[in-house]
Amino acid sequence: MTGTSLRTYLITRIALVLPMVFILLTLVFLLMRVAPGNPIEASLGGHVPQSAIKQIEHQLGFDKPLYTQYGNYLWDIARGNFGTTITDNRPLSQIIKQNGAATLELTFFAMIVAIVVGVFVGLVAGRFRDTWLDVGGRFFGILVYATPVFFLGLMAQLVFGVWLGWLPISDQASPLTAALLKTHTNIYFLDAIIDGNWSALWDITKHLILPATTLGLVTAGVFIRLVRVNVIRTLRDDYIEAARARGITERRVVYNHAFKNALVPVITVVGLNLALLLGGAVLTETTFNWPGIGHELVLYLENRDYVAVQGIIVLFALVVVAVSVLVDFLNAYVDPRIRY
Amino acid sequence: MSVLQVRRLRVYYGTPAQPVRAVEDVSLEIGEREVVGLVGESGCGKSTLGRGILGLLPEGARADGEVLYGGRNLIGLSPKELRRLRGPDLGLVFQEPMTRLNPLSRISEHFRETLKQHESRLSDAEMRRRSLETLGRMGIPPTRFDQYPHEFSGGMRQRIMIALALVLRPKLLVADEPTTSLDVIVEGQILALLADLKRDFGTALLLITHNLGIVAESCDRIAVMYAGKIVEEGPVRDVFANPAHPYTRELLRSTISLETTELHSIPGAPPNLIDPPPGCRFHPRCPDAMRVCAQLEPVEKRFDQVRRVQCWLHGPESRIPAGGELPLEREAIGVADEA
Repeated sequence: MTGTSLRTYLITRIALVLPMVFILLTLVFLLMRVAPGNPIEASLGGHVPQSAIKQIEHQLGFDKPLYTQYGNYLWDIARGNFGTTITDNRPLSQIIKQNGAATLELTFFAMIVAIVVGVFVGLVAGRFRDTWLDVGGRFFGILVYATPVFFLGLMAQLVFGVWLGWLPISDQASPLTAALLKTHTNIYFLDAIIDGNWSALWDITKHLILPATTLGLVTAGVFIRLVRVNVIRTLRDDYIEAARARGITERRVVYNHAFKNALVPVITVVGLNLALLLGGAVLTETTFNWPGIGHELVLYLENRDYVAVQGIIVLFALVVVAVSVLVDFLNAYVDPRIRY
Repeated sequence: MSVLQVRRLRVYYGTPAQPVRAVEDVSLEIGEREVVGLVGESGCGKSTLGRGILGLLPEGARADGEVLYGGRNLIGLSPKELRRLRGPDLGLVFQEPMTRLNPLSRISEHFRETLKQHESRLSDAEMRRRSLETLGRMGIPPTRFDQYPHEFSGGMRQRIMIALALVLRPKLLVADEPTTSLDVIVEGQILALLADLKRDFGTALLLITHNLGIVAESCDRIAVMYAGKIVEEGPVRDVFANPAHPYTRELLRSTISLETTELHSIPGAPPNLIDPPPGCRFHPRCPDAMRVCAQLEPVEKRFDQVRRVQCWLHGPESRIPAGGELPLEREAIGVADEA
């Protein structure tokens, strides 16, 4: 009974993705076209003969009517063809594979740090409300949340990289490791594991620690406050009192009833943040010279590379859609009320 | 034999400097398999008394006096010992069933958790059998055992809450306005279930309500509470036929029936419990108030083993100062005071 309704919910939810993606793609297309200036001219630097510009325009199909461009654009994306950058002639699929993998790696570990720290500190602060644990937890939350990520990153680099010399302060791996590592997934961490290359894995892990922790802590700040408030709220809920009236131990009341209910709304916020991070943790990637997709986006924006920017934005949009489906599914899985 | 004896229980909320005296010097006895109705207006302390018995008072509340159960005083018992009694010995059913079940857990999980907590030696099959049997008696079919709370109506949730309390076979069940948020038909069904408790489960019941009709129908004894005190207590028939306290009388007059041609209400509002009126707490609203009522607290008068009242109308005359029995002169209660 429950299984069926969960499946029905999931099918409905996925069916809704198609119109959502269609609207998103259309918006990206239109926004890119209404931006002022000739993008081809801009991306080529402005000192190119008119004939050359015309040739590139023709090559990219920009001399065709708008509806033809739109049709081609949709058809290309449907086939997974995101085009080739104008400035350095790189296929976007390659950018997605390589830089996207780097971002995925960073985001994944940052999210683990954020969830572990944020949920743990938030739960403790909410559970022991108004004790020194709560005050400490809240102070920590505000501190990491209020600190700009690049500043936290710089401080981390200064302390752990420069003064203590424990950890590398930039890049995804040392050049030697990167050169020797065989590519399977483009995610260095996974590649090293697949190869059983433990020295590379160690090197990659060391490179990951500072950026992932920096990004994770900043994200954790939001979670701490949210989780804390939710725990305090659920501890006042009627079913908590009812459980106590049945003589359930305080431990069980807190863990089985309060924490579970407190974490349901957190799933949504974690999802939103995940989408945000996957869409390029630009500042962190720049601070740690991490070859992620946000880092690339900034470079292509500076060069006004039309095709690259459009491709990356479409990718971001698709990531947001995918994550929101995942969040909806998780919510429905955890909270039976949502399935109806 | 009594299951539970409350003796001179006081419950205070708030700051020591300005305490809210929600329950003041209350004594009450509940016999085995007895159904006792506790009635009074909103805010008279009846819920606080009910929760005080189980030690489930909100943070910042202080209680003293005695709540004797099984030879032990529950006031001052450690939280752990008190917790062990909640469920297998003392059960509580709340007013609003809609929010009393954990929305993320199936009904079966609620029962499992409860039984595991107190009777951990039961096998899974035995737990299931016991739960289904209790639910069955409350009219919940076994097919719905694995559903979630949101799949049930308010009346069904209240049945589940009652079953959840009864599955542990408590000696005493406190039901705090269990039907207030339900419609009349469901109310009747729930009350019928509660009235059968003593037959089916051997459980005594303290039924907290402001509905006198409910008490008349389902209780053996009635205790009337006003402003934190029990002002009258006795067998339901006696009290209804012949109320000794003016408050009980006025309360009975305020009920509505088919014969009602005019609505009667008691003028004024219940007193604030931070600074209750001196003497008898009901005197500002009492149609029969005498001078003494505003000066001295009434002495409890026991008519017999089971009937008692706190009112100067029943003496003792020796304690009333000279002239004290003259009617109390006061300004008429204005409309503004009633609001």
